[in-house]
Amino acid sequence: MFDKEKIDQISKSKKDWEEKTLDKVLSRFPERQEEFKTGSGEKVERLYTPEDIKDLDYMEDLGFPGEYPYTRGYQPTMHRGRLWTMRMYAGFATAAESNQRYKYLVENGSTGLSVAFDLPTQIGYDSDHPLSEGEVGKVGVAIDSLKDMEILFDGIPLDKVSTSMTINAPASALLAMYIAVAEKQGVSADKLRGTIQNDILKEYVARGTYIFPTEESMRLITDIFAYCSENVPKWNTISISGYHIREAGSTAAQEVGFTLADGIAYVEAAIKAGLDVDSFAPRLSFFFNAHNDLFEEVSKFRAARRLWAKIMKERFGAKNPKSMMLKFHTQTGGSTLTAQQPDNNVVRVAIQALSAVLGGTQSLHTNSRDEALALPTEDSVTIALRTQQILANESGVTNTVDPLAGSYYVEAKTKEIEDEAMKYIDKIDELGGAPKAIDRGYIQQEITDAAYDYLKAVESNEVVVVGMNKYKSDKEPKQELLKVDPEVGEMQKERLIKLKSERDNEAVKEKLEALRKACEGDDNVMPFIVEAVKEYATLGEVCGVMRDVFGEYEQNVML
Amino acid sequence: MSKTIRVLVAKPGLDGHDRGAKMIARSLRDAGMEVIYTGLRQSPEQIVAAAIQEDVDVIGMSILSGAHNHLFPKVINLLKEQNAEDILVIGGGVIPEEDIPKLKEMGVKAIFTPGTQTKDTVEFIKNNVKK
Repeated sequence: MFDKEKIDQISKSKKDWEEKTLDKVLSRFPERQEEFKTGSGEKVERLYTPEDIKDLDYMEDLGFPGEYPYTRGYQPTMHRGRLWTMRMYAGFATAAESNQRYKYLVENGSTGLSVAFDLPTQIGYDSDHPLSEGEVGKVGVAIDSLKDMEILFDGIPLDKVSTSMTINAPASALLAMYIAVAEKQGVSADKLRGTIQNDILKEYVARGTYIFPTEESMRLITDIFAYCSENVPKWNTISISGYHIREAGSTAAQEVGFTLADGIAYVEAAIKAGLDVDSFAPRLSFFFNAHNDLFEEVSKFRAARRLWAKIMKERFGAKNPKSMMLKFHTQTGGSTLTAQQPDNNVVRVAIQALSAVLGGTQSLHTNSRDEALALPTEDSVTIALRTQQILANESGVTNTVDPLAGSYYVEAKTKEIEDEAMKYIDKIDELGGAPKAIDRGYIQQEITDAAYDYLKAVESNEVVVVGMNKYKSDKEPKQELLKVDPEVGEMQKERLIKLKSERDNEAVKEKLEALRKACEGDDNVMPFIVEAVKEYATLGEVCGVMRDVFGEYEQNVML
Repeated sequence: MSKTIRVLVAKPGLDGHDRGAKMIARSLRDAGMEVIYTGLRQSPEQIVAAAIQEDVDVIGMSILSGAHNHLFPKVINLLKEQNAEDILVIGGGVIPEEDIPKLKEMGVKAIFTPGTQTKDTVEFIKNNVKK
């Protein structure tokens, strides 16, 4: 962006400044720390100047929003045109209770739904499975069959809302139920908008709700890509997630590197399955974290956008610009919340949300202040949603596109994260791609090492966490916490008994048998799953058939 | 010299959040203890069987899914059935304050919630393990 002569001049002037102005001050007033670091532990310089971005080429590296390489945004008007979707992740207990929470959120200005499922649902067990005991309805809503799904979306017009479902291993079954509910509402599949997370690789690495082995899981994912491009064209078929990788303790650059490496694996699998890259890549979406270090986070989002565009264009030869655009959802960082002085979390969430907005997010979930203690209460969720509304309507940061572009620091940092992430991708390529790197435990080990470094930094007070290792108070206010009715498990069990006595069990058996054959062969399994759930086959039955045929993933246990 | 303390770090139930379990496991190992980590999705039966087979002094369980009121007591009861109550049982995770007294009454000796210094957990184990 600058000619060489100018850079030389600046470089020389900087040296002069250091000698004449800076050193004098430093000798009398040393800085507060020997070294300053980002939230990810990367060194930060005292001052950034054009010298730090001397190789930056405006047209090549930044360009214009809505144009390659999309550093400044995937779309030309960004938040001036349309605000991000305010999408609050919610779900607990029964479908009926969650349905109430969704209606409350929509009435209060939430513009998209985001469904949290309980762990048995996420791992493909019905509520009456022995392993489900104690877990039913706890971290999300319990869905055993289409019956529950009908209640979950009762009175919510599925042609009007977009729905994100955090579901991975059994994503095909939950999507099938969603399609079936829509059909009952008179809404055809081609009108449905939303996202399934469907990102199994990060489950193996960081989140833990896997079921099937790697290869079979990748097949299910590519089956969904193929089915949706034909039948549910507006659906985001995957949300390739860095969120949980970061929550597990990765750095910002690792979050980008590992997530895009997973993305590469999905694209490769789909191409290998015979799909044309431009037929499915426009429906890939991403999901990132937002931590406290504002500039590092903004840089991270920009770096991810630029790097993905290059990968899709150069590595996969995508032609459709939509295949190159990295669109993403953001959630603020759960692991940054403190159980101590929980009201402080409101401030953390605001800073994190600001980074997501400045980084050009397409949708946002803001965490609630009480989430280090329990699921959030309605009051806490409301503050979190209002935080987004204040950012959108009062802060002014949405008035111009990519407002931090051109900051010497942010541009240098963007490049640094991009380069660092690319190093991880190269390393993973060397290991044979993300699935192999995960099987060997490489990615898990890198994340755990980073998490341990951070823990040590906090415990030695090198990193300050307000209210936790500094500015502590003895008196913690009593918190009103959300309690999930322990009877939910029993209620779901009774509903299952009733369901099985009312449905056409012969038809269920037939459809499950057809699904088994499809799993054993090469047919796309999606249509068979849709058929089975429409007959009220339970989630556990559908996943049970697949467990039989595919087997189960065995975790690589390592510290 | 006393014998090295052996600890089983376990993830009961379906919860996949294992950052805390891994961090505590590494910290205990760095503090000189022998640590066995079970990995995810362990049933109470599996945890107790592993604890007895590995002859551990301590079981540390981590749960963030809210299933602690169900799963912790199950482990305690199974230990009693197997006459292995001398194993020190501790827990951690996202556990509301109000649940803690009841868990302690049932025999979980300590609950470490978010923000606990790992050195405090190390100290607690050293002071409370039965030798």
